[in-house]
Amino acid sequence: MKTAATLEVAPDQIYRDLQHAARQRLTGEKEEPLVMVGTATCGRAAGALDTLAAFKEEIVRRHLSVRVREVGCLGDCYLEPMVIIQKPGYPPFIYGEVDEGKARRLVADFLVNDDPCLEFAMAALEPNDIFPTLADYPRGFYEQRVITELCGIIDPTEIDQYLDHEGYAALARALSMDPGEVVAQVKESKLRGRGGAGFPTGLKWETCRKAPGTPKYVICNADEGDPGAFMDRALLESNPHQVLEGLLIAAYAVGASQGYIYVRAEYPLAVERLKTALDQARQRGLLGENILGSGFSLDLAVFQGSGAFVCGEETALIASLEGRPGIPSHRPPFPAVSGLYGQPTVINNVKTLSYVPHILRQGPDWFRGIGTTDSPGTAVFALAGKVANTGMVEVPMGTTLRRLVFDVGGGIKDGKEFKAVLIGGPSGGCLPETALDLAIDFDSLQQAGAMMGSGGLVVLDADDCMVEIARFFLEFTQKESCGKCTFCRLGTKQMLEILTDITKGRGKPEDLTLLWELAGDVKAGSLCGLGKTAPNPVLSTLRHFRHEYEVHIDEGRCPARMCQDLITYYIVPQKCTKLCNVCVGSCPAEAVYTRPDGIKAINQELCIKCNNCLVTCPPEHQAVVKISPPSPAEGA
Amino acid sequence: MPDVENHDELRQVTEILQRHSLEPGNLIPILQEVQEELQYLPREGMRLVGRSLGIPEVDVYSVATFYNQFRLNPPGRNQIKVCLGTACHMMGGYIILDCFERRLNVHEGETTPDREFSLERVACVGCCTLAPVTVVNEKTEGKVTPTRVDGILAGLGFKKDQAAGKVEAEV
Ligand SMILES: Cc1cc2nc3c(=O)[nH]c(=O)nc-3n(C[C@H](O)[C@H](O)[C@H](O)COP(=O)(O)O)c2cc1C
Ligand code: FES
Repeated sequence: MKTAATLEVAPDQIYRDLQHAARQRLTGEKEEPLVMVGTATCGRAAGALDTLAAFKEEIVRRHLSVRVREVGCLGDCYLEPMVIIQKPGYPPFIYGEVDEGKARRLVADFLVNDDPCLEFAMAALEPNDIFPTLADYPRGFYEQRVITELCGIIDPTEIDQYLDHEGYAALARALSMDPGEVVAQVKESKLRGRGGAGFPTGLKWETCRKAPGTPKYVICNADEGDPGAFMDRALLESNPHQVLEGLLIAAYAVGASQGYIYVRAEYPLAVERLKTALDQARQRGLLGENILGSGFSLDLAVFQGSGAFVCGEETALIASLEGRPGIPSHRPPFPAVSGLYGQPTVINNVKTLSYVPHILRQGPDWFRGIGTTDSPGTAVFALAGKVANTGMVEVPMGTTLRRLVFDVGGGIKDGKEFKAVLIGGPSGGCLPETALDLAIDFDSLQQAGAMMGSGGLVVLDADDCMVEIARFFLEFTQKESCGKCTFCRLGTKQMLEILTDITKGRGKPEDLTLLWELAGDVKAGSLCGLGKTAPNPVLSTLRHFRHEYEVHIDEGRCPARMCQDLITYYIVPQKCTKLCNVCVGSCPAEAVYTRPDGIKAINQELCIKCNNCLVTCPPEHQAVVKISPPSPAEGA
Repeated sequence: MPDVENHDELRQVTEILQRHSLEPGNLIPILQEVQEELQYLPREGMRLVGRSLGIPEVDVYSVATFYNQFRLNPPGRNQIKVCLGTACHMMGGYIILDCFERRLNVHEGETTPDREFSLERVACVGCCTLAPVTVVNEKTEGKVTPTRVDGILAGLGFKKDQAAGKVEAEV
C-alpha cells in the first residue's frame, strides 16, 4: 500500500495537475445538451456518418447550442447506428438504429422541445425514475464491464475525457513504484494473456525484466487475425488511451525504452485513432522523454500489418516488424528473452494491456475477485453469426455458454434452433448444444477441445453446415500457412481437398479416417500455433457432428442445406400465390419464371443458387424451399 | 506501360524514400506508402527501394508477395472488397462474391479489362455483426444482399447488361 508520503512524489502531482486542467476544460460542457454518435467502424458500416451529418445539419439550421461528439462502440452492434443524447434535466438516453430521419426527429422533438422520443430509446445510461437502464436488461445484468466500460461513452480522439475518468492515474501510480513492484502486482493479479494462449502476464514481464540486454522492447499485438473477431478493433477505436496506458506501464515494469503497436491492415480507423492518441499523450508529457517527471522515457510507434494471419503469432510479428516476411521461428528462446532485433521483448494483446491500468488502480485482489480462480477477470467476446443481439460483450470468466448466447446474446435469430458455437476462430473448435452449460474460461475450453483464442464467438443454427465450416476454416489456414513446415503447407492442402470433395458430394467412406490421421500429422509436424491448431475445427466438428459428414458422403445430402452442390431451389406450387412477382424480379439470373398457369418455377439450368428468391418470397407464403439431395427434375 | 508514366512513378517512389530513414526495417512501411500513393508496387519501384535499403531485389519481392495486402498490378478505378471472414461467410458472403463475379465477369483477385473495377476478397474487416460486409472504395457497408450488389454497381456507373436491365424493369 502507498503511504501519503510516496503519493506526493512528482509523477502523481504532475498527473493531478494534468487531470485538473482537463476537467477545467470539460466543465462548461456538462451543462450543455450533448449528442454522441457512435462512429466506430461498425457504426459507420450501418450509416453512422450520415446520422452524424444529419444531427449537425439540423442543429446548425435551428441555431441550437448543442454539442455533437463522435464516440466509439457501446457493443450493441445490432442496433447501430447508436446515439446517446444528454440533455440537462433528463438522464442520458441511448437510442438504437438512428437513421437520418430519426436524427432529425430527435433534434426537433427532444432537443428543441421536451419529448425524449422514448418510443425508440433503448435504455438510459444512469438510474432514473422514467426509463430502464442497461442493467435492467439481461445483457446489462450479466455483463461486467471493465475494459469496455468507457467504450461508446467517451470521445476516443480527446485525451481530456480519458483523463477525466481517472485515465493515466495508474501510470502515475506505477511510476512512483519500483518496477519490480509493478511486476509483482500484475503477477499477483494472475492476469492471463488474452491473445489466445492465456499465458500468465506477470511471469512474462518478470522474465523480460530479468533478461540481460538493452534496449528492451514492448509490443502491443493488435493484429486480431481471427476472421470473425473484432474486440481489439472496437477497443482501439473506442478507447485507445487505455491500451497506451497499459503499454506504458508494461514498458516501465520491464525497463523498455521503445514500443510498437502492430495493427492489422484492415483497421484504418483504429490506426488513425491510435495515432491521434499518441500525439495527444506526447503533448501532455505522458509519452516521450521523462514521462510525468519520473525520468522514465518511452517512445511508441504504430506499425501497420500487411494482411497475413500468421503475423499475429509473436515470432512472425517480430519478423514482420524487422521488415521480413512474417515466418515464425522456433521458440525457445521466447521473445521475452530474445525478441525484436534479438533483444528482450514483451508482446501482449490489446485486451491484456487494457486490463493493466485497472489492476494497478484497483489492486490485484479486486481483479482476482472477478471470474474463476485460475482465469480471473472478465472475458470480452465478439458475438456474431446467428445470435439475436450481435456485438461486443464483457462477462466474468466462468460465465456459461448458455448465459452468453441466450441471456446476453438474446438467443438465436428468428427463433431458430441453436446448433453450435465456433470459438477461437481458425485455431479453435465448435461447442455443441451439450456444452451449453460449460463455464467458459481458458482451461475448460481447452478441455472441451476448443480454445479461447481471441474471443471471437460465432453462433450457428440449424441452417449451418458443420462440414462446410470445417472446410471454410481449413481453406483459411491453408491460404495463410507461411509454407515453412511441410505438414502445415501440404497436409492442410490434402485435408482441404478431402473436405471440398465431401461438400461437393464426392466424398468416400474412407475419407473420415484419412482426415483424422492427417489432422494428427499436421498437429505434430508444425512449428507454430497456426499449424498446430489448424486441424482443430476439423477434429471438433468430426467429434461432435460426425453424422453430418456421413450423410454428405453416404447420401450426397447436406442436412443443413448449405452446400451449394448438394441443393436445389424449388418453388412449392401449392404455396405459390401466383399474384406476386417478387421472386421473378429478385432473380439475377432469370432462372425464376412464370408458368402458363401463373405459378412460378425455377429453371435449374439457369439457377445460380443465390438464395434471393427464398429471402424475398413473402413470409406468409414461404413457397421457396431448398432441397437436398439436389433434384434436377424439380421445377423444370 | 508508357515510359513517361514509369518515370513519374519512380519519381514518386524517390520522394517516399526521401521521407524515411533507409534501414532494412523500414521496408514494409515504405512499400505500404508506395502502394498507398501508386495503388500498386511497380517492378522498377521495388528495385529502387531494394537498392536504396541495401536489400536484394529477390528479398523485396519475397516480402511483397508474402503479404496479402501488396499488389503487383495496378487495381481498377473502383475497388470492391467482399468480406469472407467467418461471420460473413456464414451469413452468405460467398453468395455476394458470386454475384459480383458474375456481374463483372471477373474472378476474385482480378480487374475488369477496362480497369474500372477490381474485385478482392478480404478476411474480416471487423464489422462481423453486420455480416455480410463489403468495402467499396474504402466505404464499409453491412447487411449486403444480392440485390444490393446491383445497386452498388449501378452507383459506381456500371453499365448493366441486358439481363440486369430486364430484372430492373420487372421489379
Ligand atoms: C497463428 C497465430 C495467430 C495469432 N494471432 C494473434 C492475434 O491476432 N492477436 C494476438 O493478440 N495474439 C495472437 N496470437 C498469439 C501470440 O502469438 C501471442 O501469444 C500473444 O500476442 C501474446 O499476448 P498475450 O500474452 O497478451 O496473450 C496468435 C498466435 C498464433 C499461433
Ligand atoms: S467476418 Fe466479415 S467483417 Fe468480420
